[in-house]
Amino acid sequence: MKNLILIVTLLLSANVFASSGEAHLEPAQTNIRSKESLQNGAKYYMNYCSGCHSLQYQRYNRMAKDLGLTKDEVVENLIFTDAKFPEHMTNTMDNDQVQEREWFHKAFPKDLTLIAKARGVDWLYNYLKGFYKDSSRPIGWNNTIFKGASMPNVLWELQGIQEAKFEEHEDEHGIVTHTFKGFKKVTEGTMSEEEFDKTVRDIVNFLDYTAEPARLIRMSMAPWVLFFLVIFTLLAYSLKKNYFKDVH
Amino acid sequence: MGLRKTNEKGLLGWFDKRLPVMDMWNDHMAKYYAPSNFNFWYFFGSLALLVLVNQLLTGIWLTMHYKPDAAQAFGLVEYIMRDVPWGWLIRYLHTTGASAFFIVVYLHMFRGLMYGSYKKPRELIWTFGMIIYVALMAEAFMGYVLPWGNMSFWGAKVITQLFGTIPMIGDVLLEGIRGDYNISDATLNRFFALHVVALPIVLLILVFLHIAALHAVGSNNPDGIEIKDYKDENGIPKDGIPFHPYYSVKDIFGIGMFLIVFLGIVFLKPDMGGLFLEHDNYNIANPGSTPAHIKPVWYFTPFFAILKVVPNPFGGMVVMFAAIIALFLLPWVDRSEVKSIRYRLLPFKLALTAFVTSFVVLGYLGMVSWGPGEKLLAQVLTGIYFLYFVFLFVYTKNEKHKPIPERLTH
Amino acid sequence: MTDKVNESRRNLLIATSVVGAIGAGFAAVPFIKSWMPSERAKAAGGIVKANVSKLESGQKLQVKWRGQPIFIVKRDKTLLDTLPELSGRLKDPNSEESIQPEFAKNLHRSLKEEILVMVGICTHLGCSPKVYPEIVPQAFDSDWKGGFFCPCHGSTFDISGRVFKGVPAGTNMVIPPYVYEDENNLIIGTDKLEGGA
Repeated sequence: MKNLILIVTLLLSANVFASSGEAHLEPAQTNIRSKESLQNGAKYYMNYCSGCHSLQYQRYNRMAKDLGLTKDEVVENLIFTDAKFPEHMTNTMDNDQVQEREWFHKAFPKDLTLIAKARGVDWLYNYLKGFYKDSSRPIGWNNTIFKGASMPNVLWELQGIQEAKFEEHEDEHGIVTHTFKGFKKVTEGTMSEEEFDKTVRDIVNFLDYTAEPARLIRMSMAPWVLFFLVIFTLLAYSLKKNYFKDVH
Repeated sequence: MGLRKTNEKGLLGWFDKRLPVMDMWNDHMAKYYAPSNFNFWYFFGSLALLVLVNQLLTGIWLTMHYKPDAAQAFGLVEYIMRDVPWGWLIRYLHTTGASAFFIVVYLHMFRGLMYGSYKKPRELIWTFGMIIYVALMAEAFMGYVLPWGNMSFWGAKVITQLFGTIPMIGDVLLEGIRGDYNISDATLNRFFALHVVALPIVLLILVFLHIAALHAVGSNNPDGIEIKDYKDENGIPKDGIPFHPYYSVKDIFGIGMFLIVFLGIVFLKPDMGGLFLEHDNYNIANPGSTPAHIKPVWYFTPFFAILKVVPNPFGGMVVMFAAIIALFLLPWVDRSEVKSIRYRLLPFKLALTAFVTSFVVLGYLGMVSWGPGEKLLAQVLTGIYFLYFVFLFVYTKNEKHKPIPERLTH
Repeated sequence: MTDKVNESRRNLLIATSVVGAIGAGFAAVPFIKSWMPSERAKAAGGIVKANVSKLESGQKLQVKWRGQPIFIVKRDKTLLDTLPELSGRLKDPNSEESIQPEFAKNLHRSLKEEILVMVGICTHLGCSPKVYPEIVPQAFDSDWKGGFFCPCHGSTFDISGRVFKGVPAGTNMVIPPYVYEDENNLIIGTDKLEGGA
């Protein structure tokens, strides 16, 4: 009973929280058909993300097939554990154990296989670009998209270090809200803004792929299926008209 | 010799002497006379049957790879999507089919509301149909829990919690439904048994009874008049045409049109932007992490909005069920002698429009989080929803209407 | 109804039915194909490795591949020398009818003469035979030269798995595909060596 009231109350009041300080999401503009982008994304993912995050539902050999990589290319460049080629891209922990850890430690690197479907590519794109220096936090970083994120900015060397500017606003009830105004780069990274954006786009594109490898197959089949059905329906319609000549 | 008498010869004759196949064929297809003026709204019955077959077939195939174990279920759905040959297609056919089922059923019911298909002598057809609707909602609800995503878990928690609000028996009932002190592996397993075995059997029996009751009295039609009132010298309704071949052929065309839309969605946009497959369900069930917005799948959202309108949880549940029960009462609440909207006047048309609009907008409200504006709107619309039945009861006692034709007008 | 209508109706019926049947055929494909082994099954059922460095003559090492027992038996010169003389007593001395990779279509039925790698399932009704490597008379064969005896219905095979005449089993025991990784390690389940398997 109390749970239900709590949940319903949360639902009703979520609107209040939703309106304050949520940054606008810049479109990620990923192209899942670009093998170059997916391969680049896979490379950066394995190098910067796979150390902490698993992709436990994605197999190496499936990735090779869909991204147009040979077995050797994958085994030599993208497998950093002792996993075999047909196996999953796991880490030390799987989903259940992550949950156990989360109870105690509040946050643990999530499995990312499905994150693009859970959060959306735009969210991920902006999240990875949204880290800023924040000395008030133990890890020294904060994020405009996911406030209080426990994840450090693993891409800082590429992006450089930026600070975030906020505008304070107090309304008539004395409630203070912070509106994000923009970033200011304080240290340059090894990549230009354009290069970094593309890199993040590619990583997010790769995660979009892992969330549903079948997407490329089903989209390629769609025109054929629909074409066939249109032919069939046209024939069925002609047949129906023919029969209904009898009626009127 | 104990064999039945028949004029049929050969293999057909062999069967007909032992099972009334020709009688069944004639009674329900070749010599079942249906009104000749069926329009677009009359496709949805056969489409519902098609979707039922789809759900049964794809459902059985999914069961070949899935296990209702809380530790494995989520991973097994991904196994089906990635490792089972064509598993992704079978899964998407099933999830899209679930939403398609409700779209088709809602349009099928709307036809009934427009043409008075629930009125005498078809009250029982409507009643069976309403029971099918309730059973379908239970089936869909339990099916959604099976992938064991976070929305599966929390949706199950919220809805089963409703039963816990019933005075006196609530706590025991809640534990009995869940099989545990919380939504757990026990809940998942029993929902699997009910979803795969029990409710499909119940649905099949109900659909059989629904069609049998229909064939017993004959179909209604857009003019709302009874074709059996005017028969020729052979006893055949003058405005009737045999279901086979006319409507069997027409329904095949209807199926073609439906499949273009249905398979278009399956292959191009099966999660429908989060409406058919919710974003939060791509996270595994986590008792410690409540989703930002717990909401049911779109086809339940009108009732979810009605539930939220009432501040008291038990009261909310009562009002929500009342909204469904009200529909059961339509044949007795609508007392008018005229069946079809074609011959009813503006007040009825406005009332029906208001009713449908309230249902649709409540559906939208059930999906979004509420500020004071949304809450007020939901309250007003819930009022309009129930007022429809009050309106009907009062307005239809001596309802003025346009002259009802003797014969079909098409 | 005129003949023209009749004819066009019949043609339309045929055309729609044919296209519909083709559609139904396409629709059935995913359902049927989904019964084939999944990627998970293929990944697990792929290959199994075995090390034969410690194997002595007459000794049998057993591993599981695709759910089946695989016998790895070492045969010394004495045992191998018995093979040519047995032809007259065997149903299929040249392995014409039995299942084995090309390299096993010979007397020793193996890649390396001394090491037999064989599916340990009797070709009669599927029981698992026992190895009797000693060249001594046995109850089931007074002129035994070493080989396999199946306890279920008494089928006998020589030390290369070739089936004897006068027993229920009809063919020589099956040799699976395999390849040597190096001197002492073999990989069962493939006949090609690939890097980083």
